Amino acid sequence: MKAYFGRRYLLSASHRLHREDLTAEQNLAEYGKCSNPNGHGHNYVVEVLVGGAVNAETGMVIDLVSLDNAVRDDILDRFDHANLNLDPLFEERVPTTENFSRAIFALLKDALPSGELEHVRVEETENNFFECFAEG
Amino acid sequence: MVFLTRRATFSASHYYWNEAWSAEKNFEVFGRCANRNGHGHNYTLEVTVAGEPDAVTGFVVDLKWLKDVIEREVLSAYDHRHLNLDAPEFRHQIPTTENLAAAAWKRLEPAIAAAKGARLSRIRIYETPEIFAEYRGEA
Repeated sequence: MKAYFGRRYLLSASHRLHREDLTAEQNLAEYGKCSNPNGHGHNYVVEVLVGGAVNAETGMVIDLVSLDNAVRDDILDRFDHANLNLDPLFEERVPTTENFSRAIFALLKDALPSGELEHVRVEETENNFFECFAEG
Repeated sequence: MVFLTRRATFSASHYYWNEAWSAEKNFEVFGRCANRNGHGHNYTLEVTVAGEPDAVTGFVVDLKWLKDVIEREVLSAYDHRHLNLDAPEFRHQIPTTENLAAAAWKRLEPAIAAAKGARLSRIRIYETPEIFAEYRGEA
């Protein structure tokens, strides 16, 4: 029997949305206050959904502690209380939450101890969120 | 196709224990979830039903009807109960959130299948605001 196990994590990070190929005016027009020179921060909620067969012995799709360890090692330790713009992943890519959610999906999908990564949802604020699914 | 979701809450206790294992192995795998006197959660159940809205009523299903079905089939069995001791499906099955989502599906699916034009699409159960499981009827 296939089921899905979901878990929500909190991480706080700063970012700035701007592009080197644009002038200051163009960045302001494109990204508004998100391009303010010194950046700003969010409390991001990262929701992870893992699909897979329910293990007959444990009743679980994935062990919660091993999922927490994978997310801590690959996501939280890397991005929590960090500046996303300084991460190598965002050297040439704007750290929008669209790109951030894709980056988290890519980092996590091969790091799971069991099951398949079904979706990643990143909530940037209470009013906006971004989702990536296994099918792309 | 429109997906309609009704939310309900219930409070229940449970513990995780595999009868085929030693006590040591149960505590090793399940940690404090294996404490034999159990512990409890405030669960949130989300029932998602899919269908075409009826041309006359505009409903996929009547929400009051769905609320009553959830109350009768799930909440009456789980709310303010001990899942391992009070729910027959968990006498010999561990009431993990995954198994609970599948069990709620089994309880709800016949009644919803009998309703014209709608089908059960998804069960999601939050054990805490940060931990949840889903069952979508897959084998």
